Amino acid sequence: MHPILFIVFLPLLAAIVGGFINKSAPSVVAKSITTGALFISCALSWPVFIGFWLGDSTATVVPVLQWMQSGDLAFDWALRVDTLTAVMLVVITTVSALVHLYSWGYMEEDPDQPRFFAYLSLFTFAMLMLVTADNLVQMFFGWEGVGLASYLLIGFWFKKPSANAAAIKAFVVNRVGDLGFMLGIFGTFLVFGTVSIPEILEAAPSMSGATIGFLGYRVATMDVLCILLFIGAMGKSAQLGLHTWLPDAMEGPTPVSALIHAATMVTAGVFMVCRLSPMFETAPVALGVVTFIGAATCIFAATVGTTQWDIKRVIAYSTCSQLGYMFFAAGVGAYGAAMFHLFTHAFFKALLFLGAGSVIHAMHHEQDMRYYGALRKEIPLTFWAMMAGTLAITGVGVLYVFGFAGFYSKDAILEAAFARGTEISMFAFWMGAIAALLTSFYSWRLMFLTFWGKPRWADSEHIQHAVHHGHDDPEDHNPAVQEDAGHDVTHAVPSPNYEAGTGGYHPHESPLSMLIPLGILSIGAVFAGFVFKDAFIDGADFWDGSIYFNENLIHALHNVPYWVKLTATFVMLIGLAIAWLAYIKDTTIPAKGAEQLGPIYRFFYNKWYFDELYHYLFIVPAFWLGRQFWKLGDVGTIDRFGPNGVAWVVEKGSVGAKKFQTGYLYSYALVMLLGLVAAVTWVLF
Amino acid sequence: MEFPILSLMLAVPLVAAIACLFLSAQSARMVALFATLFDLALGVLLWLNFDIGGAQWQFVERAEIFAGFSYALGIDGIALMLIMLSVFLMPICILASWDAITKRVGEYMAAFLLMEVLMIGVFAAQDMFLFYIFFEAGLIPMYLIIGVWGGDNRIYASYKFFLYTLLGSVLMLIAMMWMVNDAGTTDIPTLLNYDFSPQAQTWLWLAFFASFAVKMPMWPVHTWLPDAHVQAPTAGSVILAGVLLKLGGYGFIRFSLPMFPEASAQFAWLVFALSMVAVIYTSLVALVQHDMKKLIAYSSVAHMAIVTAGLFAFNVQGIEGAMMVMLGHGLVSGALFLCVGVIYDRLHTREIDRYGGLSINMPKYALFFLLFTMASIGLPGTSNFVGEFLALAGLYKVSTLVTLVCTTGIILGAAYMLYLYRRVAFGEQRNADAARMPDLNAREWIMLAPIAAATLWMGVYPESFLAPMRQDIAALEVRMARAAPVGDSQLRVGEPMERNANFVAAAHDAEGAH
Repeated sequence: MHPILFIVFLPLLAAIVGGFINKSAPSVVAKSITTGALFISCALSWPVFIGFWLGDSTATVVPVLQWMQSGDLAFDWALRVDTLTAVMLVVITTVSALVHLYSWGYMEEDPDQPRFFAYLSLFTFAMLMLVTADNLVQMFFGWEGVGLASYLLIGFWFKKPSANAAAIKAFVVNRVGDLGFMLGIFGTFLVFGTVSIPEILEAAPSMSGATIGFLGYRVATMDVLCILLFIGAMGKSAQLGLHTWLPDAMEGPTPVSALIHAATMVTAGVFMVCRLSPMFETAPVALGVVTFIGAATCIFAATVGTTQWDIKRVIAYSTCSQLGYMFFAAGVGAYGAAMFHLFTHAFFKALLFLGAGSVIHAMHHEQDMRYYGALRKEIPLTFWAMMAGTLAITGVGVLYVFGFAGFYSKDAILEAAFARGTEISMFAFWMGAIAALLTSFYSWRLMFLTFWGKPRWADSEHIQHAVHHGHDDPEDHNPAVQEDAGHDVTHAVPSPNYEAGTGGYHPHESPLSMLIPLGILSIGAVFAGFVFKDAFIDGADFWDGSIYFNENLIHALHNVPYWVKLTATFVMLIGLAIAWLAYIKDTTIPAKGAEQLGPIYRFFYNKWYFDELYHYLFIVPAFWLGRQFWKLGDVGTIDRFGPNGVAWVVEKGSVGAKKFQTGYLYSYALVMLLGLVAAVTWVLF
Repeated sequence: MEFPILSLMLAVPLVAAIACLFLSAQSARMVALFATLFDLALGVLLWLNFDIGGAQWQFVERAEIFAGFSYALGIDGIALMLIMLSVFLMPICILASWDAITKRVGEYMAAFLLMEVLMIGVFAAQDMFLFYIFFEAGLIPMYLIIGVWGGDNRIYASYKFFLYTLLGSVLMLIAMMWMVNDAGTTDIPTLLNYDFSPQAQTWLWLAFFASFAVKMPMWPVHTWLPDAHVQAPTAGSVILAGVLLKLGGYGFIRFSLPMFPEASAQFAWLVFALSMVAVIYTSLVALVQHDMKKLIAYSSVAHMAIVTAGLFAFNVQGIEGAMMVMLGHGLVSGALFLCVGVIYDRLHTREIDRYGGLSINMPKYALFFLLFTMASIGLPGTSNFVGEFLALAGLYKVSTLVTLVCTTGIILGAAYMLYLYRRVAFGEQRNADAARMPDLNAREWIMLAPIAAATLWMGVYPESFLAPMRQDIAALEVRMARAAPVGDSQLRVGEPMERNANFVAAAHDAEGAH
């Protein structure tokens, strides 16, 4: 049996077993089963990946079961393993296994642990189904499966109204994207007569000049198909317009944010574009859209990220922004670079989230960075892990010597955008460069606010609660801090003296089960870029046809001018300098800056008002229309003039009609009888 | 002559129904359960012996009665699947009524068993008038179930139910008589291949449409359904949503499409328009409901709109998808009504706000409810996805606009179902009495588990259900091919691009240019 069967189905089995055992056994049973299954999956995945890395393996498809056959539309359950899948396999199983382990510590006081672990394993299964899909419908299965798991995990603390709202929002906004995905599948089937990915990719070039009718317009076939599919990717990967669910998804437990909303699920859209890259290469307009949306998201999310106070929201917007990089890399044709950034990002972003979780754990569920400060000495291991993550995401490195993971992947993306040389790719390059500056700023801002300066813990309600009540109360786990933050527009960072600042609280370093994943991911954040850069960016043999490899673009990418190569490093240093000035040197700068930039600051702080816009554009009208249709349509019109009107006429009509109305059953039978008599009469005579 | 299994399937519940009238409450329950289980066993036997790819009409029985009217039974794959749905849901309905019904139990069970006879009869009838009798008589037990064992406002509900169906059935009967007069036979298989003149088809189609659209129900003749559901006892709702709503779709497949293909093509725009309105309109109405049963009833209208749209796509995917939606919806909405019934039995209210936080005190229930909610949303891996996906894929070949509008149903469906689930199962336990409700008992577990299994089976391996229908639907497509509309996609293959979209000149070329 092919190992992929175990890699994919062990997590499913574990989820089912763990879920059914639930609370009938001590929670350690379900936890051990799910975590064990994930570590086995992970251990089996790395040899698969290394096989492709060394060039020993070839792409295979392992059939599982027939799925659907309807006329000429036929597809099966099957697991495809090639280089692209192998990359995703190690990302998913590694991060998932580590997150399972981490959750032993992080979720220790939660009464519902078996359910949590079962959901995590279920998610992993769905994600693996997505990346091993050999046809679009199975990809959609995984796509929706991860959506389900995401819904369940965001709403894991289901007593919290904000968590429930966030869960529904995530699912419904994703469904908007899925509408595009589904129409894309239908259109692809119509054009190619198949939903098998290899067959579509092979036939795509022959359709590159074709046109097709869509909603009454005549458009380029491949462009409309790719844009429809990309709308699906936008939903799942939280791109501008369909991004609103991702920050709210932080309502879920932090390990979930690390696994689903940073390392794996949100990258599914990038994976999809790369998987279908030969198809996208036949659709110039669609690629333009991908590039533009990616670049716009990249800069949008970075601007919002600079103003948020909730540590998880900063990282969430950072994720959104980094996904933008991946998309515009794919849009300009550097699919290898996109996948490389996906790969390195998985490590350093999971690390940052888990590190943030460790900080939150230490600070008794406080997530507002205004109440952090001076934690460097208190939780040193977490600090160093976060430092590794920050160095990686900001892209610290020295050209030709050594760099942290993000240094290689982000540089490659910017260089590719520059090398591509079209107007839209230059737009992406400049947006990417500015976003890199902002990335550096908000990342160091996070670090400085959290680990440097003086303690500002005393004012935190969570800390006060901890000091007074002494013990963690699982019931008030992760309350919504964001609501408090929303009303506070002064944004002065309080800086009382040290003794008063601690409020008598002593942060505690996290347990080993949380520190080990941080350590392993730190290694990834430091070395993943350096070790794998040649394979991912230059490795036509490594990719072995599993993505579209643009040989000329890669050559051009290496030959960009020096100032382009140094741009990322340069802007990173500026961002660092500004953050240092504002949050270490003179801590009054942020408040003054916010005041001076007033409207712009508020625009960024309120996330460009997308939530408000959508609320009044979609949610309010939907409920209003629903009520109108119900009260005025069904009750006020259809019933009034339909059945009730008939009743009225009958009632006012005559005594005879009243008799008719009192005996419904008899009258009904009578009419039938009359009908039958009439029928017989007609037929016979 | 082979063993008359279909007649036996009719006879068993009929005899049991008569027996129930004379039995004590508990014996009536036992007899009804036994009879429905026996019919289920016969149904399984029927399925196992059905020769896939064999003759179109199997298990044929025929006895002439008078004037061309005959007792003729026989099934194809489509009828087989719908019969299976009926016999599968029936024992579950009996179980659902076990404790909930306490007055006139014998009569109640008799009504249900009679309904089973009539449902099987509708799908098995091969004579048009026999079909008509089963089709219309099937409403009488339902009408009684609502009127006698229903809620507070049951008279109004049964009145509406009666009024709507009356109009349609009269028109359909007249149309049938005209057809018999014209074709000279009441035999459905013969009529399937009889070509009515296009002018006649128009009127015949409209007459049948009046009946089927009400049964479906299509917008705007849907308003009887929410009231009927709200007032019906749980098991009544299950059968209403599970089987009775399938009569309209079955009617379209059996009569309108194959017998009047030209008229069907001519009126496809009407069906599409009503379906599009239904998807948006009823989904939005479902969003603002406070009553659980009303919400699910409105969602049924939206789902049935996918069925009608898929049927009039005139291609295999559309029709097979429509059939799968019917089967899937039969299971899932039936199960959702059972879920409502489970908590209604405990708290005696359908008001959504009276519940909340049920995941805490009823975790098993919450899991089942979640599964059926997700199936209703059409999550891949569940029955409804298969149907919706195929139906919409087929529809896309005909009209991208209609597909776009109908596919918005997946967004709105997610919104109203998750909003329902949130208010019932998530959140704090606001009401002390709801918080005290015990989790599923063994009887309820036995009701829900088989449906859950069937839902997943249909989602993961739908081939079991598609295979028996394949040949019949292919035949139907051939029959309709001459009238099939032209799609709006109109692919035109042009000259392919010479280079990939992100073509970059090779470095040495660029140097050469200098």
